[in-house]
Amino acid sequence: MRELRGFFMAATKTNDLTTSVGIVTPQTAGFTAPLPLRSGAVLHDYELVYETYGTLNADRSNAVLVCHALNASHHVAGFYADDPGNTGWWDNMIGPGKPLDTNRFFVIGVNNLGGCHGSTGPLSINPDTGKPWGGDFPVVTVEDWVDAQARLADKLGITRFAAVMGGSLGAMQSLAWAIRYPQRLCHSIVIACAPSLSAQNIAFNEVARQAIITDPDFHDGNYQEQHAAPKRGLRVARMVGHITYLSDDEMASKFGRQLKQGKPGYSFDTEFEIESYLRHQGNKFANYFDANTYLRITKVLDYFDPAFDHGGSLSTALQPVTAGVLVISFTTDWRFSPERSREIVRALLDNRAQVTYAEIDAPHGHDAFLLDDPRYHKLVAAYFERVHREIAP
Amino acid sequence: MTGLNGGQRPDFAAIAQWVKPGAHVLDLGCGDGTLLKYLQQTRGVTGYGVEIDDGNVLECVNNGVHVIQSDLERGLAEFADHSFDYVVLSQTLQAMRHTERIVREILRVGRAGIVTFPNFGYWKNRLQILRGRMPVSENLPFEWFDTPNIHLCTVADFEKFCTERGIRIVGRTVLTDGRTVDLLPNLLGELAVYQFGG
Repeated sequence: MRELRGFFMAATKTNDLTTSVGIVTPQTAGFTAPLPLRSGAVLHDYELVYETYGTLNADRSNAVLVCHALNASHHVAGFYADDPGNTGWWDNMIGPGKPLDTNRFFVIGVNNLGGCHGSTGPLSINPDTGKPWGGDFPVVTVEDWVDAQARLADKLGITRFAAVMGGSLGAMQSLAWAIRYPQRLCHSIVIACAPSLSAQNIAFNEVARQAIITDPDFHDGNYQEQHAAPKRGLRVARMVGHITYLSDDEMASKFGRQLKQGKPGYSFDTEFEIESYLRHQGNKFANYFDANTYLRITKVLDYFDPAFDHGGSLSTALQPVTAGVLVISFTTDWRFSPERSREIVRALLDNRAQVTYAEIDAPHGHDAFLLDDPRYHKLVAAYFERVHREIAP
Repeated sequence: MTGLNGGQRPDFAAIAQWVKPGAHVLDLGCGDGTLLKYLQQTRGVTGYGVEIDDGNVLECVNNGVHVIQSDLERGLAEFADHSFDYVVLSQTLQAMRHTERIVREILRVGRAGIVTFPNFGYWKNRLQILRGRMPVSENLPFEWFDTPNIHLCTVADFEKFCTERGIRIVGRTVLTDGRTVDLLPNLLGELAVYQFGG
């Protein structure tokens, strides 16, 4: 059975050095200018961990920012010298000769604020108390992330990205870039996105949050001090998430009603293959991801709603967009359905924006954006070919 | 990439004659985007193509044309009322299932509509029918059993259709081998190009 990749499970394939960016090394950028957050809180001091691939050209016009979604990180492509099995989460998209070709573009992946992969987040020390932030780490938003990314771009001397790109929550950042910093990007690539979460989406997130918060090991988010971690809650949260990333058909074809032992055991052991899959995903996730980060990222998703500040009008919210926008959806994605992408397209059309929209008939549900469907990848490659022609001197 | 000298598809120049420079154009069933590219180059238009086929969508991106992947049969819900100067339906009308609905949608979304279709009344088509066979030609390249053309019509049919629905025909060009036909267009014309308004 083909390995199912979850939202952001790292690929387990071997690293082909002809199409891989090869060994990569994360870097850290420190910031001391206070960052005002949408919640009203201010981060006075923070760090962002990032990786880069390819070479920034002389006029600094070939940079592409890749934004991550729920539980991924700055490790977008390539692998680590001391951990060659740890391949970047979008390695099938980014590398020499790949749709986002690192022979042409300078690609940046950054771990967002509040994350648990090295950037300042709940696991970091709060300079005011000398203790880990834990549950006191502020609730952040897509806009806050984008503001922090813009400061990283400043630091790297990039005034204008050739493109900002992302899938799912990453696509929300890509869209927010086009709204918030229209002069700072030529193109925005928005894959498997929604202009806001539906009530159903928020409901799933709330189940995930409640699983974590009601875990006795949660301790109001200050579990680090108690040398504990709400792993049971995080496990359930992840299981709920995984259900939403796959289409019903995909789940049926991969697992169906298959029983591990071939017959019912009339017990509560893992009997059905789907149970086994979900428990495996939950366990793996709970062992490397931070519960406080997960809580915050689900909130980032819930709060994203550019139309909210414009009386509910997405068209008004998207008025500032000057970038070319590529919107891609997947027919079987029920978490962020094509209909939601069409809302974005409609609002861009209202503004006569330079929008291209493709609806990929892929069977894999929301996860399709991480897979290498040839129609999808050819389209992204063709779009980047266009971007490349535009920025070529 | 395909050559774009305007001679490649005879209806392109006929469509372009009515399109004002700098207009905002929607091309329905835009294929690989060559018409829009032609209009961008010759008339400096802005706008979008609408296309359902994956391969054509990819070609549009290659051709530098903004394309929206969508099924015309579902209507044009993505597009606001009167948001385009022209809505073009080039050699697609005869393949539409919901003919009247798409014409209404064209008039809702555009200030003017431009349609082109093969004239089924062309004498060579009539001749093939007289010989007892369904017409197959350069403009109608399909056999009866695999044709997407389910709503073929003649110049006279289309004009009757418009008259009965209060649709105002603003311009008509009928072509054969790329040349304008003025005499007996329903008999001597191979390809019809119409501009119409509400």
